[in-house]
Formats: sequence, C-alpha cells, structure tokens
Amino acid sequence: MTIRTVRPNRVQHFRPRTHCFKKLEAMVVEMQDPNSGVKGSEQKLNVNTIPHVITGEDVIAWITTKMKTTPEEVQAFGTMLVAYGYIYPLQNHKKLVMCNDTSLYRFQTPYFWPTQNWVAEDSDYAIYLAKRNIRKKGMLEPYEQAHYNHLHDWLNHKWDFIVMQATEQYRAGKERKKPDRVVFDCQERAYWIVNRPPPRTHSAMDTGPERLIDPTADEKITFDAYRRMNLFYQQAIMRSKVKSSVSLGALAKYVTTYKNHDPFLAPCLPSNPWQTDNDTYWTYNMRRVDVPTKMRVERWSFSLFELLSDLRGRDDFKVFLKKEFSGENLAFWEAAEELKWGTASSMPSKAETIFKTFLVPGAPRWINIDGRTMGLTVKGLDHPHRYVLEAAQTHVFLLMKKDTFFRYLKSPVYKDSQKKALNPESHSFSPAQLEQNAQNRSPGIHPIILWQQEEEEKAKAAVASAPVDIKAMMSKIDRKK
Amino acid sequence: MRSPLVPEMATQEVQLNETLSHLKTESETLKTKLEEERAKLHDVELHQVAEKVDGLGQFVMKTRRTLKGHGNKVLCMDWCKDKRRIVSSSQDGKVIVWDAFTTNKEHAVTMPCTWVMACAYAPSGCAVACGGLDNKCSVYPLSLDKNENLAAKKKSVAMHTNYLSACSFTNSDMQILTSSGDGTCALWDVESGQLLQSFHGHAADVLCLDLAPSETGNTFVSGGCDKKANVWDMRSGQCIQSFETHESDINSVRYYPSGDAFASGSDDATCRLYDLRADREVAIYSKESIIFGVSSVDFSLSGRLLFGGYNDYTINVWDVLKGTRVSILFGHENRVSTLRVSPDGTAFCSGSWDHTLRVWA
Repeated sequence: MTIRTVRPNRVQHFRPRTHCFKKLEAMVVEMQDPNSGVKGSEQKLNVNTIPHVITGEDVIAWITTKMKTTPEEVQAFGTMLVAYGYIYPLQNHKKLVMCNDTSLYRFQTPYFWPTQNWVAEDSDYAIYLAKRNIRKKGMLEPYEQAHYNHLHDWLNHKWDFIVMQATEQYRAGKERKKPDRVVFDCQERAYWIVNRPPPRTHSAMDTGPERLIDPTADEKITFDAYRRMNLFYQQAIMRSKVKSSVSLGALAKYVTTYKNHDPFLAPCLPSNPWQTDNDTYWTYNMRRVDVPTKMRVERWSFSLFELLSDLRGRDDFKVFLKKEFSGENLAFWEAAEELKWGTASSMPSKAETIFKTFLVPGAPRWINIDGRTMGLTVKGLDHPHRYVLEAAQTHVFLLMKKDTFFRYLKSPVYKDSQKKALNPESHSFSPAQLEQNAQNRSPGIHPIILWQQEEEEKAKAAVASAPVDIKAMMSKIDRKK
Repeated sequence: MRSPLVPEMATQEVQLNETLSHLKTESETLKTKLEEERAKLHDVELHQVAEKVDGLGQFVMKTRRTLKGHGNKVLCMDWCKDKRRIVSSSQDGKVIVWDAFTTNKEHAVTMPCTWVMACAYAPSGCAVACGGLDNKCSVYPLSLDKNENLAAKKKSVAMHTNYLSACSFTNSDMQILTSSGDGTCALWDVESGQLLQSFHGHAADVLCLDLAPSETGNTFVSGGCDKKANVWDMRSGQCIQSFETHESDINSVRYYPSGDAFASGSDDATCRLYDLRADREVAIYSKESIIFGVSSVDFSLSGRLLFGGYNDYTINVWDVLKGTRVSILFGHENRVSTLRVSPDGTAFCSGSWDHTLRVWA
C-alpha cells in the first residue's frame, strides 16, 4: 500500500530547483543569436530536411568560449540544457545528454520551455497520446501504452473531451506543410520525453515531490509575528558577538591543527582502506586497542572534547584520574550525559541515582561545585527534566577543561601513551598486490557485536567502580564472626 | 451582536492598523541596528585570513566503490560510526544497509511509502531511522540474522503533518531530531514516541538539519524553502540565530567540525559559510559557470575542504578558507541528491538519482 499525502489544491505548483531557469533562458537566447550564436545548418533526416540543426561539438565549443572553462564541465552544462528540454537531440532522442561529437540537436521552441508557471498536465499528455494513436494505431511504445491505459482509467470522465481535442489537433496538423509538421512533431515529442521520461531516461523535469508553501509569495506578517520578530532582533542585538579577526582566525587555526589528520590532505598510515582495499588502518584505530596510534594520541591533546569523544582516550584519562583520586568529576559528567541522552522514562530513576551518588552531602562520590550551582541543581531535582544537570555539568566540564586536562597532558600517563604509541609504516602495494587486496576485502566485525561487547565492558566497569558500601561489608564480617 | 459595539470595533481596528505599522517600522529599525552591530565587528575577510595559510596541492579523488542495488533514485544516505557501513533510501521505498567496503548488501527494508527522503544510522550501529511521504520517522532495529524480517520490529517515532525531509539521531539511539515539509522541526523520544520539543519559525518547508558537534551538544541548524538558515536551542525550542542571505531554497546545512560555523547549499547554485560567533555570512562559494543548485554539502575532517553535490550531476570541491574551487568530479548520470563524509574522514559517499551510490577517496 502506498501512502500519499493529501496536498492542498493549488493552481500553482511549487516545483523545486527552478531558480536556474532565468540564467538558462538567457544563455539559450544568446546561443540562438543569428550573428554570434551557434551556427546551424540544414540536415536531411530520413526523407525530410530539417532546418537549424546544430552539432554537439559546436554547442560545446561555443559555451567553452563563453564560460571560459573546461570542455568536461561544459559538457555537463550542455547535458543539463538537454535534460531541461531547451535543446533536444534528433538521433537517440531518449538519451538526454550532450555529446561532444557530431550528434545532431535543435533548439526547442520557447512554447515548450520549462517554466514554473505551467506544468505539463496529465490531460495534455492524454491528448498527445490519443493524437498519436489516431494517427497510427500501435505506434505507442510499451511505457506510453501503460501511461495511456492508466490515464484512460482515471481521466475517464473527461475522455470524450480528450478525444475531441486530439482529433482537432490531428486535423490542424494535417493542414500544415510537411516540413513544418515534421519539425513540430519533433518538438512535441522532445517535450514529452522531458516531462514524462521513459524508463532509464534521466530528465531534469522529473522533479519529485513539490514544495508545500509558495516560496515567492509575500509572507503575510501578522501582529504577533512582528512582535516575535522584534523580540528576536532585540535579543540578537544584545547577544555578544566576536570580532571577525578573532573568529575567522579560530577557523583557520582549527584547519591548521587538524591538517595532518585529514585523510584528504595528508596520507593515512599505513594506508587509506578505500584506496588500497586493506583495512589495517581501521584495525589499528578500533575502540579497544592496547596500543593506540601516534596520530590518535596526538589528537587527544587538541582539546578535552576530542579526548572525551574518543572512548579509548577517555579510558586513558580515567587511568590518570584514578591515580589522582579525582575520578568523580568525570563520572558525574558521564552520568549527566546519560541522563540527557537517555529515554524519557528512565530520567526520574537516573536523576535520583545521580543525586544520591554525587550531590547529596556525604555522598560516596561527592563532586565539589560552588554553592550556587549546587543549590540550583538540587532544587531542580525536585522536578527532574532532561536538562536539570546542565549547570552542574557545564561547571564540572569547565573545571576539567581548565585544570585537569592540562595536568593530564603533562602527566606520566599521557607521556607513556605517547612513547608507546604505534607509528605504522606506510604501505606500498604493487599493482598485483592491490588486485589481491580487492579480492580479499575483510568483512570486519559487525557493529551490533561490537556494541554488545561494549555494553558488557561497561557493566563490568560499573560494578568494579561502584562505591563500596562500608556498612554492608561490616555486617558481613560481623555475621561471619 | 449589539449594534453599539460596532463603532467600538471599528475604532479598535483602526488602532490595530496603527500599531501594526508602528511595529513594522520598529522591526525595520531593529533590523538595521542589528546589521550595524554586525558591521562594527566586521574587521577582516576570510580570504585575508587565508593568505597566511598554505595553498592546497593537486588532488586525485576517484570513485573507489559503486554501490548498485537500488531500483530507483537514491534520495538520502548516512554513515555508520564504524566508518564502513552506510544506510541509503530511495524513491521506490527501499532502505538498504550496505557494507560499503565490501559492497555487500546486509539488510533491506521496504517502507510502505514511496520517496523515502530521510534516513539515518543510529550511533550504536544497531538501528536505522527513515521516513518520507508517509509523514513519519520510523526506527528499525537491525539484526545479525539475515533472514529476520526487520519490518516486524519497526517502531513509529515521529508524526508530522507533512513529508519528512530529514532526520538525525542525537548522541544516543534514544532521541531523534526531524524536519518536515510542514515547516517545523521536532525532537522525539524513541522509546515512547513522545514529542520532547518542537521548533517553529520557518515560514515554509524545512529541508535539512544538522546537529552541532560541540561539548554541550545543545544546538542544531536547519535550512528551509524560506531561504533562511536557523540555529535552534534544543532545550528551549527557541531560534537563537537566523541567516537569510540565500536567494532560493536551502537544500543542505552542515556544521564546520569545530561547531563555530556552518555551511549551506542552495538552489541558487551557491554554498555559503556562516560564522556563528561573528553572527554573519563570511564566504560564498560560487562560479559564473555553476548555475545549477547544490543538493548537499559536507566538510572534510579538518574543515579545509567543502564537498558539494550539484544538480548538474557533478561534485565540486571547494577550498573553504581561500574560497576557490579545488576540483570537479564527474561520474554520476543524474543529479547528486546526497553527500556525506565518512566519520573518520577517509572517504565521502555520494548518492544520486541515477540509482547508484559512489564512495570517493
């Protein structure tokens, strides 16, 4: 069953991707200039002589001169002119591409140009197919016959009108001179190939679902809307902004920092799996490796966000924090993340656990945050919502960012990681070896299995790091006595 | 209605009109003031800053994989965090999960609607989300058993009043952010299907969205047919920044890797870069010879390169800092509808209306 949405009945159809029409039309008009445009000639096609025929290579040469770019790019542009129906091919008329050779094309008459305002209606198509049927039965191709049958069904109430129109047009056509009729038939056929493309024909007028709201209509701005807009402007004016030199400098600095880590700018070591069909690079960078690579360890030093985003880096950070007996900040941050991104139903219980573990005075993993934030957070926990720990979490993150992170980078833990880090040699495969690699691409481990492993490890770690309940332990010892 | 009220209503209406025009003037004054404030901080251009940065060398980017299997136009794709699997959706309702490295198809789901315009891979790698003309976003948990019917475990999460244009998981499998042709974006709880937050402000269809890669992870940007790109606060539902410089529909928005800027691609054939801290547009990536719209954009890992998939079947690669085009890639036989860089930046994948996906590196 196909579900189709009920769209409002609008006279206008707001099709996407029509912004280019103006420029295309201007270009096509220029191309047809009798003095400076593309030179056309008469061509004999079957029995008839068709005027104003142009070749693909002439079109591409003309546009190359006009746009001052490469022939490949111009060929892509030319293909679009054909795909939109401004130019149509005379031979091979179902393939809407521009070929850079002696293939023959003609400019489409402006009557048949694509526009936003006039859509090729099904009833027009029905008239066209009926007319072809009148001219000669059995002339329709299979896909056209299928369309015809379908239209006959659902336009049945209008069918008399359609047949009448088709007959009229057929009669009018017969009164034209033969050469004109041939040209008009070509034009009309080209129009319908673009607007009702045959299977395996790529046409640019095959646009898909339409936009719902007219983007060109003036927005009727109501009283409330103005109020909201003004409020927005006021807030925007008040918001602190940064000088361009500062913010753009930061963007440039980011690029420079990550330059050697970008596989498009610097080679991956040992090699880019997509280029050599060897996935060692991914194996070296898996979630749980004993020895991370040098590049990975370097990346951890770029920012606390990078260090925490890479779970292997986070593990390393935890090792450092354990040595410093200050793991509770990170534990709180992780718990707060789980609250924020967890299911709505799990929130109350998670909030309570966090309160008991980290915030209540005398809690086993009490975090040291300023009184004001603590007060706000505890108050908010009366009615816990997703962002109740936001203030506390930000405070803790900033603490870690400004202090703990830098101490980590200077610590023996990190320096040790750097020293032991793997620095793989670059692969150099011979063409034969590359062939071999392509035959033997490794399937890797399925993400579902990795996820299950990860969940098991997390559960183990949670048990291991859970605060020891002294009272329970003592009572156990008492009972044993 | 008592007749004495009528003259009162008439005066009220006159008062309303006066206040409306008063608001309109105030609005225009405020808008000018905002532009002035922005201009005060506009002390340097991006290409000036870029002068100090090294130029880029020559690039050799080739198609490394061609994924054939969709019977119709490919509309959307997303990478799995394992850097090699992708999910793609097409016009005929099929959603396929591939191991792009080996080109094997691993799962296939047939949706009950055509034009599946949005799909996303869950961060855990254990589920995919998709939707389109059915106005919904549904989540399908994946399975190791190849013969299992995935449609049986399907979960309907989001319900919009018109087509779903884009969807994305947040930092976990438990929440989905969606955008729709009905002009709104929304945040949903996957387990219960509950609407957590809705975002109103676009005046027309919303076509795309992207979540900010920041340590707080509380904002996202959306682009629509009203030519606006809006930045939203996920907690309050408020629009905190808005940019209206494009001349036509914005088809794609993507954050710069640092989260301090974002790029957009539009039917007006330009890609633009917006600086969030300076609150303005800082670069336009365009050429005289490029007149067909951009359908999707994405950054390389360092943010130096911007890849754009265009409606003229090509992919253009831009130098983000210097503003020049670095490369143009040919290969697709119909418009490029979707483009994403892999999570570790080793490749990017483009999906096209020619029924195929290509991985480039």
